[in-house]
Amino acid sequence: MATIYVDGQAYDVKDGDNLLQAILGLGLDLPYFCWHPAMGSIGACRQCAVVQYQNEEDTRGRIVMGCMTPVADGARFSLQGEAAREFRSTIIEALMLNHPHDCPVCAEGGECHLQDMTVMAGHRDRHYRGRKNTHRNQYLGPLINHEMNRCITCYRCVRFYNDYAGGTDLSAQASRDHTYFGRQTDGVLESEFAGNLVEVCPTGVFTDKTLVNDYTRKWDLQSAPSVCVNCALGCNTMPGERYGKLKRIHNRFNKAVNGYFLCDRGRYGGNFVNSDKRLDYPGLRQADQTYKAVGQSEAIERITEHWGDGRAVAAIGSPRASLESNYLLQKLVGAGNFNPGLSDREFKLIDSICQILRCSKALSPSMSQVEQADAVLILGEDVTNTAPRLALSLRQSVRNKATELGEQIGLQYWQDAALRTLAQDRNSPLFIAAVADTRLDDIAEQTVSLAPDDIARLGLAIAAQLDPAKTTGNGLDDPLRELAATIAAALKNARQPLIVSGTGCQNLAVIQAAARIAEALTNTERTAMLSYCLPEANSLGGALLCASGNYPSLAELTERAATGQIETLLVMENELYRRGTAAEITALLDGVTQLVVIDALDSRTLSRSDIALPADSYFESEGTLINSEGRAQRYYPVIPAKAGQQASWQWLAALGDKLGAWETGAYRHFDQVTSDCAADHAPLAEIVKAGPDHHFRDHGLKVPRQPHRYSGRTAMRANVSVHEPKQPIDGETPLAFTMEGAQPSGLMAFSWSPGWNSNQSVHKFQSEVAGPLVNGCPGVRLIEPGEGLTDMSAAVEPAAAGEPGSLLLVPLYRIYGSEELSVQSPAIAELAGNAFIQLHPSDATRLGVADGDGLVVNHIEAPSLEVRLNSSLAVGCAGFPVGYAGTENLVAGQRVTCRKAANWTPLRADSAAVIATDQGGGHV
Amino acid sequence: MTDRPLTRNIGPDRTPTDLAAYELNGGYRGLRKAITAMSPADCLEMVKESNLRGRGGAGFPTGLKWSFVPMGEKAGPGHKYLIANADEMEPGTFKDRLLMECDPHQLIEGMIVAAYTIQADVAYIFLRAEYFDAERQLRAAIAACYEKGYLGDNILGTDYRLDMYVHSSAGRYICGEETALINSLEGKRANPRAKPPFPQVSGLWGRPTIVNNVETLCNIHHIIERGADWFQSLGKGEDSGTKLFGVSGRVKNPGCWELPMGTPVREILEVHAGGMEDGYKLRGFLPGGGSTDFLTEAHLDLPMDYDVIGKAGSRMGTGTMIILDDHTCPVGMVKNLVEFFARESCGFCTPCRDGLPWSAQVLDDIESGNGLPEDMATLQKQARFIGAIGNTHCALAPGAMEPLNSAMKYFREDFERHIEGKHCPYREPENRP
Repeated sequence: MATIYVDGQAYDVKDGDNLLQAILGLGLDLPYFCWHPAMGSIGACRQCAVVQYQNEEDTRGRIVMGCMTPVADGARFSLQGEAAREFRSTIIEALMLNHPHDCPVCAEGGECHLQDMTVMAGHRDRHYRGRKNTHRNQYLGPLINHEMNRCITCYRCVRFYNDYAGGTDLSAQASRDHTYFGRQTDGVLESEFAGNLVEVCPTGVFTDKTLVNDYTRKWDLQSAPSVCVNCALGCNTMPGERYGKLKRIHNRFNKAVNGYFLCDRGRYGGNFVNSDKRLDYPGLRQADQTYKAVGQSEAIERITEHWGDGRAVAAIGSPRASLESNYLLQKLVGAGNFNPGLSDREFKLIDSICQILRCSKALSPSMSQVEQADAVLILGEDVTNTAPRLALSLRQSVRNKATELGEQIGLQYWQDAALRTLAQDRNSPLFIAAVADTRLDDIAEQTVSLAPDDIARLGLAIAAQLDPAKTTGNGLDDPLRELAATIAAALKNARQPLIVSGTGCQNLAVIQAAARIAEALTNTERTAMLSYCLPEANSLGGALLCASGNYPSLAELTERAATGQIETLLVMENELYRRGTAAEITALLDGVTQLVVIDALDSRTLSRSDIALPADSYFESEGTLINSEGRAQRYYPVIPAKAGQQASWQWLAALGDKLGAWETGAYRHFDQVTSDCAADHAPLAEIVKAGPDHHFRDHGLKVPRQPHRYSGRTAMRANVSVHEPKQPIDGETPLAFTMEGAQPSGLMAFSWSPGWNSNQSVHKFQSEVAGPLVNGCPGVRLIEPGEGLTDMSAAVEPAAAGEPGSLLLVPLYRIYGSEELSVQSPAIAELAGNAFIQLHPSDATRLGVADGDGLVVNHIEAPSLEVRLNSSLAVGCAGFPVGYAGTENLVAGQRVTCRKAANWTPLRADSAAVIATDQGGGHV
Repeated sequence: MTDRPLTRNIGPDRTPTDLAAYELNGGYRGLRKAITAMSPADCLEMVKESNLRGRGGAGFPTGLKWSFVPMGEKAGPGHKYLIANADEMEPGTFKDRLLMECDPHQLIEGMIVAAYTIQADVAYIFLRAEYFDAERQLRAAIAACYEKGYLGDNILGTDYRLDMYVHSSAGRYICGEETALINSLEGKRANPRAKPPFPQVSGLWGRPTIVNNVETLCNIHHIIERGADWFQSLGKGEDSGTKLFGVSGRVKNPGCWELPMGTPVREILEVHAGGMEDGYKLRGFLPGGGSTDFLTEAHLDLPMDYDVIGKAGSRMGTGTMIILDDHTCPVGMVKNLVEFFARESCGFCTPCRDGLPWSAQVLDDIESGNGLPEDMATLQKQARFIGAIGNTHCALAPGAMEPLNSAMKYFREDFERHIEGKHCPYREPENRP
């Protein structure tokens, strides 16, 4: 602690922080631009100037930059003195010399940090008489809009994009007051985190293109605290709505999870809720195979008519549905008839990860803990494509070396430019063993491409180095043995080593090898971290629901169906054709008499249903998800359910009521489902703490979804009726459809504070600047380190013998395209491209195919795929993109023979239409 | 004749001195002495004692600067670097060019001794892009030194090794700022770095680095060879050694001369530069390049010493004067300078990037007859806003404000005449020479 004096008042602040942080942390206001809580200080904008005095006698003082000045005990500053204020107002006036007066047509208006700071710094009258500089704008892809004239040259964009996120195609160009931030030529921004520029840019240079194309101001957006459903990391989000449509998704700060940043799949992938594939009403299949829309009660009635008929009823849940919905489905049909909605292969992987995490002495880290790791091994995972936001955290972890070097010469962690200068490319060690190159290779000390089983062998060899008593390395050639020794030594040297693995190569041995290493590293001196990347938002939740082991596999259900034992099959929020080959799934569905499907979007499975029930998405419903860390988090509806739709758990509650499965009305409220789920499943006992229940009040009020400036509630429907409808009542959640009430930090539907209209206002809700929110980090951890792994088979099975010259199918995940829901967002679909098959050039030569040729994969009913050569792919493997049309029937781990397709015309993704570019003289 | 160590090999025809001629005239004796008979600590002590101050403009004591370089174990593993700042781009300055074109070995010898003192193993000469002749001379001289064993492994049979490279820059004024120079050398944008940490601790590639001006380095081996006392005795006043002084503008004999430190301005102007051209009177002068404050006739008898010129309200800078005569518009001259600095801003910090063009715009309005009475207040505010070191990220913008600030002090009536008369009075026929 240090005591500093600001305008004569004594304050206690944290030693070593910079003054700007300290002042913001005290709740005082000081304008700034270039500093960012996650990216530290560089001292470019000079906006946070204050006067520092040498001692009590010094009355003149000198101007210093708050962000570049470490606080020291006894230091004296003036924030409000004339000199400081005059300097700051001159800075903002200088910054505004070239800024267009286009706020009314700017997408940033109303949440613009520049607007806020202009007011705060006291600039009103313009004195400059010269002409404004102008720039050309660029086409940057379907996600980001570029309007360079608005730039105030704070350098945040390149610092985030390049320094923080590792991008290479955005740069500061030219110099002086013509400094330009863009790509060398028009084109799609390559970074998977480019969308954060929307929030990082303090003004409207980089704006959300999907929002710009269908625009609503922040103050007119209705929002709710939500959780991203596009991968298993559970990043906290704030989706914004107007006219019943999702307009945009913004980051919601959670220190432990996503901090200030999202990946682009998360930011832009939630748009599937606007899809025209959404179901509006329950449908009954008619004899002519069309569906007839019916009311909710009629649909329930019809289902119960043919419910059991004395035979069994089975249900398939979903790893992308809420825990509550899955729980109620399981309860409705009984655990013995409930499959969590995973293929048998998937379940085996996820279930063993679940068991490992619960038993292992290693810690399943949050993403902020990942950032503390000082040595990392990634085993078999292309993290950027399977758990994108985690890759951003891993990128920060390697910078711990810089922090360590900086400490030796007295640099603080926030002295960003100085630390980067000092460390240059010296990173904390990070090793990657994967089937192909990954987007983290640039920060890795060493990378190796291997087939999945070989990755597992390497992992076991590393574990053997660490704990020879328990594990033995097997079957490695010398270079790999050496690599294993190098990696083991680096991990052993670390205080907080981290092993990252997951379901990315769909190989159980890899998962087990990672666990072995983490276990061997954990001893009295240190707790190793073990992070598994999982495929879907609630993968771990499903595994925990079935932790008792009493559940039927899909194969078993197919068997039952084939023998006529299943009358009704209830499938909830699951596209089964992604869980198995078409033949397998068709066999299952053909065998059941009545197929009921509850889902938000139309799908191949849904089109097989006899009765289709429209489910609410995350956008309209409440639910609990367990992320890959083991953290239970709650999302809340942004808008009330539309007529005809309801949450899956509500469909099930009504069905159960009708069937007498439980006392009528037992599950009228969401909270009842959550508490029963917690009571029935010991590992889930804590989920009731994932978020407050519907009784929550803050100062007697519920949490508002609408900012206090929300406008047009009367006018919005005036073309339909001049009477303003009563606001919907929300009896289920702590939130209300209102503008009244405060924003408790853990339940922020939007981030706003007086004078702070942009997302920068979040520091007003943090316990310290960049620290956890005042009420702590939202969510509750369900899994903590256990007693240690008991016996676990550690041997890797010898490779299955295929035909000579056959190739091993390995899965390749793609951030845009592999995930089921996000790809229904037009912007994400545009980036996904077409299916392909990756080959090592040596394998391609053997097969006589070249880049762009077609390849026929034998034994498999699938269209030919376009060959893409990748010299970083493990030899003998054929990589296919998971989740792409054309690869549904390819099964990871199978050996296949391939041949060149005759008469192949390559599929080409339509080149993105340039809709906004100044090249060639066009105008936006 | 006074001792002029720096230019002893430079004749009026400015023929480059090759290695043989350089050695014949006593070259590489200082190096031999340093490297075979003295420890790095001895060398540092001697440079400190000599009171040599940086000749690039700031006048920081060279020995003190070097003493911040971590030595031995403290330096940690990796290279240490010495960089000669040969990016001579200060308006009105042409002294380093002379040294490099005519006597490249002098710089190289000075650099080897300096590098030995701080135990650097790699040295760079960061050369202004337009100095083609100097580049050719330096490359040839370095090659000759490798051949002769003055560079490379086991210099003069000792364990010491040094590699030296010439880096011809892409040409930005800001590269003269040592940390911008380092960034540029690393292949990055030539933005200055925040200090601390200083380059002595974390410089090129994050390693300990010394950046010295060419002229500074040219002194080093002379000091080693002939001693600190000798060097101190060269100066006429407080400061030690000799210095290359230059004069440009409407004088009879513009040029560059090596003179003792502390030589009075009047002597430089009237004796060496031959006084003002006929028909022109002196109105003021920038004593050390475009980024120093104007001084006037009243200051002609001041000795050119760092602190003396500093106390008079200016800076000695590079010691190369620019003369303002009575037929040249001071507003136009200042506008020209401020426009130059605005153009050369790296664009990193706001006061410089946006403040300088703002000042330039106001000056342009005044010069073109569109000035308003309140413009003087605006310029005064600008000078306060941009002019203090600490308000900006580096010294470029405060330097740019020096001629403006002092012009408003000494030539205020010129500004006012522009504004009141709504045109530049120097464009009237009677004011033309």
